[in-house]
Amino acid sequence: MRQPFVPPGGETGVTPEPLKTGVELRINGEPFLHTGDPDMPLLWLLRDTLRLTGTKYGCGLGQCGACTVHVNGKAQRACVTPVRSLAGQAVTTIEGLASGDDLHPVQQAWIEEDVPQCGYCQAGQIMAAAELLARKPNPAESDIAQIGNLCRCGTYPRIRKAIRRAADLARAARSEAAAKAGEGK
Amino acid sequence: MSAALNRRRFLTVMLGAGGALVVGWREARAEVRPDVPMDLLGDALTSLGPFLRIERNNRVVIGARGCEIGQGVITALPMLIAEELDVDWTRVRVEQLNYGYEIGPDGPRNRYGDQGAGGSTSITDAYVELRQAGALARWLLVEAAAQQWQLPHERLDTEASHVVHPDGTRLAYAELVERAAALTPPDAPLPLRDPRDWKILGKPARTADARAIVTGRAQYGIDAYLGGALVAVVARCPLLGGSLASCDDAAARKVPGVKDVFALAGPAPEAPITRNLAAGVVVLAENTWAALQGRDKLKIEWKPGPWAEESTAALEAQADALLKGEGVPVRQDGDFAAARKSAKRTLEARYRVPFLAHATMEPPHALIRVDSDGALFVGALQSPDGASQVIADVTGLPREKIEIRLTRAGGGFGRRLKNDYVAEAALIAQKAGRPVKLMWTRGDDLQHDFYRPFGVHQMSATLDKGNAVTGMAHLCAATPRYFRDAGGKDRPVYSGCLEPDDFPAGLVPNLDKRFFALDSGLPRGWWRAPLHTFHAFAVQSFLDEIAVETKQDAVALRLKLLGEPRQLDYRGHGGPKFDTGRMAAVLTRCAEAIDWKRRRTDGRGVGIACHFTFGGYTAHAFEVGMEGGELKIHRAVCVTDVGRVINPNGVEQMMVGGTMDGLSTALNLQITVKDGQVQQSSYADYPVARMAQLPAEVEVIILPSEAPPSGAGEMGIPSVAPALANAVYAATTVRVRRLPLLPELMRRL
Repeated sequence: MRQPFVPPGGETGVTPEPLKTGVELRINGEPFLHTGDPDMPLLWLLRDTLRLTGTKYGCGLGQCGACTVHVNGKAQRACVTPVRSLAGQAVTTIEGLASGDDLHPVQQAWIEEDVPQCGYCQAGQIMAAAELLARKPNPAESDIAQIGNLCRCGTYPRIRKAIRRAADLARAARSEAAAKAGEGK
Repeated sequence: MSAALNRRRFLTVMLGAGGALVVGWREARAEVRPDVPMDLLGDALTSLGPFLRIERNNRVVIGARGCEIGQGVITALPMLIAEELDVDWTRVRVEQLNYGYEIGPDGPRNRYGDQGAGGSTSITDAYVELRQAGALARWLLVEAAAQQWQLPHERLDTEASHVVHPDGTRLAYAELVERAAALTPPDAPLPLRDPRDWKILGKPARTADARAIVTGRAQYGIDAYLGGALVAVVARCPLLGGSLASCDDAAARKVPGVKDVFALAGPAPEAPITRNLAAGVVVLAENTWAALQGRDKLKIEWKPGPWAEESTAALEAQADALLKGEGVPVRQDGDFAAARKSAKRTLEARYRVPFLAHATMEPPHALIRVDSDGALFVGALQSPDGASQVIADVTGLPREKIEIRLTRAGGGFGRRLKNDYVAEAALIAQKAGRPVKLMWTRGDDLQHDFYRPFGVHQMSATLDKGNAVTGMAHLCAATPRYFRDAGGKDRPVYSGCLEPDDFPAGLVPNLDKRFFALDSGLPRGWWRAPLHTFHAFAVQSFLDEIAVETKQDAVALRLKLLGEPRQLDYRGHGGPKFDTGRMAAVLTRCAEAIDWKRRRTDGRGVGIACHFTFGGYTAHAFEVGMEGGELKIHRAVCVTDVGRVINPNGVEQMMVGGTMDGLSTALNLQITVKDGQVQQSSYADYPVARMAQLPAEVEVIILPSEAPPSGAGEMGIPSVAPALANAVYAATTVRVRRLPLLPELMRRL
């Protein structure tokens, strides 16, 4: 937890404003204090407050997956996740998936397979795929088909291909990193 | 249309801000004046004026004029310009253009040409004019180099954004911009490249803004925010044509963040729907969550309208009763009654297709600011012209004072051809006296749409001794597409449900095609390949039934009907001709690809269908079987001829997408009505298919064609439902004549 700010000169100066209370969480690595309605779903905090609009509204009922984000690395639907449940948790959105200019293998594969049509559901699809690959680096077709995110444009065949490609890219990156580590020894 | 709008437009060029060459469609040289407003020229950071800018570093920026709804125009339209300009496509930056309405010297015009997205026409329309825009810019740059080098124009060539001297010396386009902009462009259209020499067109190109999409940076309409804007949600009357009786908003107003609550009238029940779709109560709040919370706390009583009794069951009964009558003739060839009398055999079948909702992933929304002297609108659109008109109508502002920023749209499928949500936002902003961001939930979207019509198709075929089809009747009882549309009365009642010249018109000597109008209060609109998804299911399923009943091969039967390759008159959109040879070619290729002739002995069945949509020819074949009580689609083949292909990658996406959309819809989707209201309200009861339900792959075959491009967004869907139903019959001997297919199949297995 954060410590109250003590002004220079100790307690004798101006009266500091009372410490705001709320839900403290991390979003894409940055600490954030949510002082609004703790029942507000994460989706509206991301979009309306933080303008992290890559996470999309599609149904508000956790059915379509357009709002999929990671909470401590697990895929979760932001539209049905109250902010109060996220105290002390780490949220990653599509904007925080890449490391700077280096795209996540799933994002890279998505471009190479040219998955998007309208593109609206794709952030959620990518977040779901990234979590799948983190759990199962070599997913079977049946694992991939378990991703239940809706795509109204019908990009599913390319999503399947892109996930297989992302698995290959991640594997190649891992062996390159291992080789580098070996050279260093 | 005024004479001014009919006047031939020319391409003109200007030297824009930052020394960039800008090219656009203009009245001849009217714009080569010092008083051209800067915003026409655009600037590098915000909007892009006309189509093209060549920056000092020789980077080419090309404007995409269309509404990008997932059909790929943000990539394909700039490709048309890039080809003729002769630039390196991998070094092009594409920018979405905003809506280009302005008052020119001869009256209102759109400086970019047609920007709408409907009827798969974006590519067809742009094929000539955008290539001309590129060719003119190239001509000017070459001419500038010719003057600089003191050489005849004809001796110079271009390559990858450079003009090339006969000795191999190269001059970057950027170095020629200033001189080129001072030149007088030729009046006559320039010759365009022979397609055999195309470097960019016809080659697969990836989505221009894919990186923005996969990093979450792509801007959709729903992502737009504006300082001072309140979020508006509306509790709309769920009863067809109903109105507000009373509303207790005390609890809603207590929700923190809720700023205001007020009623919004709907259209008069019998009047055309030209503004918002339904009466409602508006909740304005500081954020979406507060607005939704406030709406939940409203206590509303609705007053039923004239369609309070409507139900899907009653509509079916109405259709069955009407079909016993005479109806309205759509097309009649020969004498079907006589053919029936003399027929050796007559086959009959009745097919039912439901209302459909669009369910775009990005629901309707609108951000609008209305000031006394102008307005700003941001939102996903398919018809910016319509949006501009409706905002002008509501606000009384002249259209040139209404700025419309185009964004990517999370799907369209025809929903955004209606601008009811634009009008709704404008009305709310006006009443609230401040900017408003209107948000629709998924429930709002499913309950308040302009639905694909509902209909019952009664098909009959007469056969002679040799089982040749001597006549066909297609009687269609449907909710007319044109219902409460301004101007809809001027059209034939079947318009938007049936095309007189669609299959099998012209292919059988006796044809009786008639229409029977059902009375329904549900608003209707265009839904991806609208009338074609609506009737192809009946026609192409029935052909399969004829083949089965007469023990003929279903492909051979269709080929026999199509006959010798020839051009038949086709008066509908996609005409003026229907080419039986092109239809036969896609069907034949599709049959080969699915291995049609091979008998399946493993419980699987194969079905096929073909259809002509908006100038494109497509056939589908599926191989299906029942596994563990579930319908499995093992193979999906889609063969298409959409004329010359601009971006093969884009056409493949459209065909895969059309096939998937077609399957999802045919298997699962229907909108039903009970007690005067729509029964569906979420993806739980309007179950758009997920990955696991659909085939892992669609084998797309694009036939080479030298015909002009037809577009591709809608051709990949109409033949899906019948091919699927025909495959299901082959695998299970259950003939499904009612969509959606899956509940019906499961009921009957």
